[in-house]
Amino acid sequence: MDLNAQIVYFLQQVINGIQLGSVYALIALGYTMVYGIVRLINFAHGDVFMVGAFAGFFAVSVLGLSFLPAIILAMIVSMVLGVTIERLAYRPLRRAPKIAALITAIGVSIFLEYFTSLNFVFGPNYRTFPRPFEVTSWNIGGVAISNILVIILGVSLFLVVALQLFVTRTKVGIAMRAVSFDHDAARLMGINVDTVISITFAIGSALAGAGGVLFAIAYPQVDPFMGIMPGLKAFVAAVLGGIGIIPGALLGSLIMGQAEVLTTGYVSSTLRDLVAFGILIIVLLVRPTGLLGKSGVEKV
Amino acid sequence: MLLEVKDLQVAYGAISAVKGVSFGVDEGEIVTLIGANGAGKSTILKTISGIVRAKAGSVLFAGAEITQTAPHDVVKMGVCHVPEGRRIFANLTVRENLLMGAYTRSDGDAIKGNMERVFQRFPRLKERLSQPGGTLSGGEQQMLAMGRGLMASPKILLLDEPSMGLAPILVQQIFDIIQEINQSGTSILLVEQNANMALSVANRAYVLETGTISLSGPAAELRANAKVQEAYLGEAGALA
Repeated sequence: MDLNAQIVYFLQQVINGIQLGSVYALIALGYTMVYGIVRLINFAHGDVFMVGAFAGFFAVSVLGLSFLPAIILAMIVSMVLGVTIERLAYRPLRRAPKIAALITAIGVSIFLEYFTSLNFVFGPNYRTFPRPFEVTSWNIGGVAISNILVIILGVSLFLVVALQLFVTRTKVGIAMRAVSFDHDAARLMGINVDTVISITFAIGSALAGAGGVLFAIAYPQVDPFMGIMPGLKAFVAAVLGGIGIIPGALLGSLIMGQAEVLTTGYVSSTLRDLVAFGILIIVLLVRPTGLLGKSGVEKV
Repeated sequence: MLLEVKDLQVAYGAISAVKGVSFGVDEGEIVTLIGANGAGKSTILKTISGIVRAKAGSVLFAGAEITQTAPHDVVKMGVCHVPEGRRIFANLTVRENLLMGAYTRSDGDAIKGNMERVFQRFPRLKERLSQPGGTLSGGEQQMLAMGRGLMASPKILLLDEPSMGLAPILVQQIFDIIQEINQSGTSILLVEQNANMALSVANRAYVLETGTISLSGPAAELRANAKVQEAYLGEAGALA
């Protein structure tokens, strides 16, 4: 390859990485928000993403909805699922040791994967996700920019900005940050902490649902186990950025997207996951609080 | 009685912290609970505000039973607890901290009015409005904690160790402000280790010893009491 072709190839990889990173960001935000508020790694979060993708699948293939109503429906379904999981599985354990809730989260995750694999639910097979729009692509200086990329970036950016405005400008959003800092002090302000936790699960799950639909549009397949890998990688992204920190989840996700795509593009796709989880190990060894995390802020 | 605590018992697991305490605060009063570390003072405030549950006994506010009421509903009724150690939201700006104090209110104009009154009382907070709460000095944090409490327009303010860790000049200032708040119509239940200061502003006082009330009466009387002087006023008196 000549230099020009190499630059084009590199830019193409970077753009693909941004696309993947944007989807990770939508999942990682839920991980990090839930951790921030209840100090729980919600391992069922990747499965909420999967249910969101399936909701999008049925919205498009059965109900014949177009993209926007389909993604909104998927967000609503995921939101209801996330809130239900919190209410039934995590809230009864609020005062139990953290490890109990963590094991429960793993249990909920496995339950969702195998329950949805049953034939009368989603069934165990891969299904092709019908794209709700024609795929077109523009050639800009040799780099292919598809409308899928534009849609994924547009939706992710819109949701991230909306989230940022919510947590900084609205009373409930500020309360969410207050609860994440100190539950009891928040109670003394008259904040209903349980309600704020439910809202946090609702928002995080809705974002994951949107991520599920976008992921399924980019890599057009759905199956009950599709949430495991993106879920784990978004978790790594959240840890990389600093778990509990919203901008950290974005930064971590973009880095993860690049690391994965560049590994695939320049080394080998078989090393992709190795690099992803290698990042986790290195972060935990070198900087466990993550890139944007301050050490010693954990409240007791 | 605006606030009435009847035969209150509180335990942390097998350890009982409050062993049958009864007292009350009348409308317009400043009442103080004094006593050594671990006497159960903070636990009593936490039980009133609902973040700790009573084992037995009851708490009545304006005649209504609130012993089992959720903390956020207690705040709505007009009881505001400014906790020990201030518990400022370090990650929120001063303005956001104040807004959280008004969480139970939805009347925008009233919230704005309250914020103006808080700024009149604590001009420092206005200067620091967009700074994170965690960057304030100890004295400023105490002002923010009290200002945040006032944002709810409470009928009664429960103050837990407002002078803790503050320089003497600031202690005097905080106690002046406590009196001003009281004069503008808010009843106050004050928990303090600085017994001398507490007794100088309070109408009535209760002395707490390992979970029970050992003495009570008008603050001036307790201040003159030889036992109180010996046990609680020696050092604090020297400091003041």
